[in-house]
Amino acid sequence: MSEKNSVPFNGTPEQEKMLMEVIAKHHDQPGGLMPTLQEAQGIYGYLPIEVQSKIADGLGVSLSEVFGVATFYSQFSLTPKGKHKISVCLGTACYVKGSDKVLEAVEQKLGIKSGECTEDGLFSIDSCRCVGACGLAPVMTIDEDVYGKLTAKEVGKILDSYKE
Amino acid sequence: MENQMIHCKINGIPVEVPAGSTILEAAKKANVEIPTLCYLKDINCIGACRICVVEATGARGLVAACTHPVSEGMEVQTNTPKVRKSRKTTLELLLSNHNKKCLSCERAENCELQKLCTAYGVDEDKFQHEEMTKEIDDSSAYIVRDNNKCINCGRCTAVCKKVQGVSVIGSIQRGFNAHVGCAFDKPLAESPCVGCGQCAVVCPVGALTIKSSEQAVWDAIADETKKVVFFTAPSVRAQLGEAFGMPVGTNVEGKMVGAIRRLGADEVFNMDVTADLTIVEEANELIERIQNGGTLPMFTSCCPGWVKFCEHYYPDFLPHLSSCKSPQQMFGAVIKSYYAQKNNIDPKDLFVVSVIPCSAKKFEVTREEQFRNGMEDVDVALTTRELGRMIKKAGIIFTDLEDEKFDDPFEIASGAGAIFGATGGVMEAALRTAAVKLDGECKAIDFKEVRGTEGIKEATYTVGGVEVKVAVASGLANARAIVDGIISGEKDYNFVEIMACPGGCINGGGQPVVSDSVRNYVDLKAERAKALYDADSANELRKSHESPVMKLLYDEYFEKPGSHKAHELLHTTYVKRGK
Repeated sequence: MSEKNSVPFNGTPEQEKMLMEVIAKHHDQPGGLMPTLQEAQGIYGYLPIEVQSKIADGLGVSLSEVFGVATFYSQFSLTPKGKHKISVCLGTACYVKGSDKVLEAVEQKLGIKSGECTEDGLFSIDSCRCVGACGLAPVMTIDEDVYGKLTAKEVGKILDSYKE
Repeated sequence: MENQMIHCKINGIPVEVPAGSTILEAAKKANVEIPTLCYLKDINCIGACRICVVEATGARGLVAACTHPVSEGMEVQTNTPKVRKSRKTTLELLLSNHNKKCLSCERAENCELQKLCTAYGVDEDKFQHEEMTKEIDDSSAYIVRDNNKCINCGRCTAVCKKVQGVSVIGSIQRGFNAHVGCAFDKPLAESPCVGCGQCAVVCPVGALTIKSSEQAVWDAIADETKKVVFFTAPSVRAQLGEAFGMPVGTNVEGKMVGAIRRLGADEVFNMDVTADLTIVEEANELIERIQNGGTLPMFTSCCPGWVKFCEHYYPDFLPHLSSCKSPQQMFGAVIKSYYAQKNNIDPKDLFVVSVIPCSAKKFEVTREEQFRNGMEDVDVALTTRELGRMIKKAGIIFTDLEDEKFDDPFEIASGAGAIFGATGGVMEAALRTAAVKLDGECKAIDFKEVRGTEGIKEATYTVGGVEVKVAVASGLANARAIVDGIISGEKDYNFVEIMACPGGCINGGGQPVVSDSVRNYVDLKAERAKALYDADSANELRKSHESPVMKLLYDEYFEKPGSHKAHELLHTTYVKRGK
């Protein structure tokens, strides 16, 4: 697996201070790695190698263990999220209604794959399993907005409306 | 509670075992062997592979014998149709995405998966998964990882974390994407791996192997312009026999020398000689440090796994390492300087092969800080396993060979040199020589407190009128405990011996692979070490500095321990590396 990290890491000193506090809080706690990763993702939005290395050093666990946990749980992301987070539902109902083609269209339009972020940091794509709106299948969400009964053709126009 | 005994039945055979025993342990007592794959005693006990499943009363469904404890009155069946079917299906599922190029696999002769598949008569194509080709990682000088053969048993990651305390490899992702690798899937060479090779020793299949240097040796032997010089490490003779089905702990020194000569070596030397040389130099360094207020405690530096560990994880601790090169590197230096000059050979025409029990030594020969005139002193470090394979390939009937002797002048060595291969051996050898240097005699030859296979041993001896506190550790998790103890001020020693591999070189990453069916029930480390201690006590020479070869080397070349020439050729510096 090679995570494409198109956006360079630019954490702020404030973020680092918060991370260090989180690490200090969980340092002596058995099983403290999971909550540390969760809170670190809350601070940075994702878990780049720079953040995972700090967590490994801070908690006294190896980087490979941190990486193992970070890649085991789908809640953790190793790539940054865009300003606008696109999520295409690949749940059963959406899938049979052709959401794979919707996802393909989004990937093609933005030139990135699911799980990645555009170089300008504007969009990131993820797929999900059911947003609970099966009646509207196939469904895509962008941030808090839900788009239902989509076709691949409509994707371009929708995405353009998010470009300022 | 601890002494409470549990009565149960394995396949109808009554057995009595201590409370807390697993079904696997109880079954062994009933002389019933349950097959295992992910389980490895003291290393990995996670019940993940489901090969050891059995039927047990009071349990729902099949249970994993390696983790399930026996209870009073429990009746266990290990060989029912249901059990056999389950094991067979598990194996067939494992094969669904396993690279089955068994014909050319290095582990073809001792693959634990293959052995089980044959025993259970599996259909290797029953479950076909779409082909997933995973990149082979051969970036390092010592280990090759082929995840196409990995069965995710977790033994390698367990030994890396629990025994060696480095955890450079781990399980990544989940489901069908789950695989073993370094953080961020970086190549092994970019990780803080120390190259101990314990992962390859415990791998049940061909996913982890030690990088082969065989071809370079065959080429040199065939090259008439090259003079090929072999020398063999202390522990190789104690384990090479295992590669030919001989009992664990058989000393095959004489046959080994004969076999190497038949491979085409021009000279076969005894690396115990430079083990002696290391001791003479190291004892001298220790005495100097103690007398002149040098950095203490002093740590041994003959184990390249430990040295690289220190460089990665405790770079500020490097001044504690003895500046002595390892016996391998000393030998290389002696061959390409003293030996070459004496025999009027251009060092460029020499091809120096060390036979070692170790994978980390493959990295050691590439250390540029130990090059001289832009050239390495040891051209190839060949493992015991590789030597075994070469002997087989050459058609040499090893077990029938007559005993032969090493070549002059690097033939004779002391018993102290021999025990280098076992944990505590270097310490004991150094103490013998230091005692004589300081007290004029060494009354006690056997330093029993530092012998044995425990991970950490401590003792205090009076040498030269002062108390010398020593510690011996094998396995890097134990080394970490020692170093952390010193840094925190809890521990105080003068001299510490560290070996990266548990038990020392006799259990090194390049030694013959021993399957779980033996490892789980035999104290391999103790059995293997015995061969070396027997060789020591049978040797008239028990102290390194008494060896006539030492006298020769110092009289003719190095003048005295710690001399300018000795420093130039036998001592080295270290490199600070990052995590």
